[in-house]
Amino acid sequence: MKTILYIIQKEFKQIFRNKGMLPIIFVLPLLQLVILSNAATFEIQNIKFSYIDNDKTSLSRELVDKFNASTYFNVLTDFSSEKEATSAMLQGDVDVILEIPQYFERDLLKDKKTSLSVIINAIDGATAGVENVYINQIVQDFNKKAQVSLFQPEDLKLLPKNIASIPSFWYNKTLNYKTFMVPGILVLLVTMITLFLSGMNIVREKEIGTLEQMNVTPIKKHQFIIGKLFPFWVIGFALLTIGLIISKVIFNTPIVGSLGLIYFYTAFYLLVILGMGLFISNFTDTQQQAMFIAWFFVVIFILMSGLFTPIESMPQWAQYLTEFNPVKYFVEVMRMVMLKGAGIAEITPLFLKTIFYALVMNALAVWSYKKTN
Amino acid sequence: MKRFIGFIRKEFYHIFRDTRSLFILFGMPIAQVMLFGFAITNEINNVDIAVFDKSKDATTQEIINKIASSKYFSNKQFITNEAEIESVFKKGKIKAVLVFEKDFSQKLIKESVADVQIITDATDPNTANTVNNYISSILQKYGQEINKDIKTPYKIIPESRMVYNPELKSVFMFVPGVMTVILMLVSAMMTSISITREKEMGTMEILLVSPIKPFQVIIGKVFPYIFLSIINAVVIILLSIFIFKMPIEGSLFLLGFESILFIINALSLGILISTMSSTQQTAMMISLMGLMLPVILLSGFIFPIASMPMPLQIISHIIPAKWFIIILKAIMLKGVGLSYIWKETLIILGMTIFYIILSVKKYKIRLE
Repeated sequence: MKTILYIIQKEFKQIFRNKGMLPIIFVLPLLQLVILSNAATFEIQNIKFSYIDNDKTSLSRELVDKFNASTYFNVLTDFSSEKEATSAMLQGDVDVILEIPQYFERDLLKDKKTSLSVIINAIDGATAGVENVYINQIVQDFNKKAQVSLFQPEDLKLLPKNIASIPSFWYNKTLNYKTFMVPGILVLLVTMITLFLSGMNIVREKEIGTLEQMNVTPIKKHQFIIGKLFPFWVIGFALLTIGLIISKVIFNTPIVGSLGLIYFYTAFYLLVILGMGLFISNFTDTQQQAMFIAWFFVVIFILMSGLFTPIESMPQWAQYLTEFNPVKYFVEVMRMVMLKGAGIAEITPLFLKTIFYALVMNALAVWSYKKTN
Repeated sequence: MKRFIGFIRKEFYHIFRDTRSLFILFGMPIAQVMLFGFAITNEINNVDIAVFDKSKDATTQEIINKIASSKYFSNKQFITNEAEIESVFKKGKIKAVLVFEKDFSQKLIKESVADVQIITDATDPNTANTVNNYISSILQKYGQEINKDIKTPYKIIPESRMVYNPELKSVFMFVPGVMTVILMLVSAMMTSISITREKEMGTMEILLVSPIKPFQVIIGKVFPYIFLSIINAVVIILLSIFIFKMPIEGSLFLLGFESILFIINALSLGILISTMSSTQQTAMMISLMGLMLPVILLSGFIFPIASMPMPLQIISHIIPAKWFIIILKAIMLKGVGLSYIWKETLIILGMTIFYIILSVKKYKIRLE
């Protein structure tokens, strides 16, 4: 036990001695938490909208005003020809072009029917779909108004049947994406820091040549590993704590469930990550290799965690792969406990998987660490 | 010049000697592009929903079938009371619950209006919003079907045309992004440790007493990596053409030129990090921690930049990846030439020159 304490002491000293590292461990992640949590939204706003008005009547102007009044659209320019408009779209200046045909008003009054042409930049397919929905909504609104003001008695027919859908967003009524993103990004940052630090740790001693000195001492394998990993476990908790305080104070993220449960889960989660880091460290010769491999896994963990893009949309084989992603579990636990107030019963399946994962990772790490070359 | 060539040769030896790193370097990006190209999408598919049908009549059954048969949703269970909604959400699999009011059909016929409540699990607001939109549009379509015989007068019909990506494939959005993120991070990581490594190994002293100038050291360090990164870029472009069926509407030559420019940009950013940090550990933590999330989040790779708050939109200007993604999409999907993207090209070029000058300035010719 005493030996372990000495190793832990040595590790802490080494970490805190390197003045360049401290801000990277503590300031950089938290700064990113504060700034980047604001970036992750699919809520489409400020759509770069332009129009070509070939009709120039009061009705066409009224329609454009409708778009102007909407908060979704940012009415930029009015082009005189389609050629000009497409060129602007190629340049990336506009994303939506509305073309109002000549005789728009006349046709509507005479034929009671007219059409508009809309061109949408669809490189981002999902955004284009939403933009199309917004445009349809505005035009439909405009339709209704026009129907009321132009309505004539002979038009009176049966009332159409109407299925009214009433949306209701639970746990997050205002659809504030930050309550979702802040805990998620915190998870990513804690994972990155602990994995990178533990992944580089032993291989660094290997590269500098001090590992040999450690190996000739009577320190036992398990003492060495516990001593190496404990400091990062503590750092992980410290980051989580500061991050949670930030999310409460700055973002006012609700914490519905029990904080104790989150910490309890984190204790096991960090073991998975640290075991993984150690495993990488044992299998590489240089810090560079260790970092590349750690990076490889972190990028996969981040992008397949279900935080930025939904897991249900992935093909089936990719969904199976996400079962091996510890970050996915942590994100899910944070979401369930913090936002929905789930208790131990609901998260038990995730919990068991995490504990199993931790056992496997650490067994591998201990097995692959050899005192003799 | 001969000295300089000798130095470059040394760098090449260093790199090719470490076959393990080389293997990682070429294997990883391929694996990632393949994985992400298929797996990352912000469309929704097969979302599990539950139904709370208080009416249980022909109309509700028809609507439920309509929704369950779409590729977006699969109806996983029927629930029978309010309290169950809470519990299915807490389990986490079900993302939305559809609640039909009592006597749905009768109300629709008699009062010509009936309510469906769409309750979504908004702990993930982005998905919740999309799910809600999709369900409402299915309901709307159904509404139009039952109203087929009634003609509403004064109708303006918007006819939308989706350009550059008529099938709304999300691959077109994500493949350029994945390519950018991988090139940026791999390149910056490679060079970020190049100078610190010499410092840590003690060989820096030898470099400093040699007659090679700082400028030459920096160029010499970047040079070999340009080749490695170009190979990576070519492989990624080939994958995107042949596996993901990305069109290359514009000139392949221009695409190559822009990619090389971007690679040099990322490599010089790595060198800059290298000159500023004292140990490999610091250098790698800066290039990994400092670059990873900002490049993923602020480049427009996943989240549209136009929707972000103003300060973040301004910060996104200094992310080179943002400009490269614009260029890639413009060449690959819009098929434009240099005359449309010269601004973005100049910005990346300017950033590169800035990084190199700053690296030369920061390069210390004395040991501490």
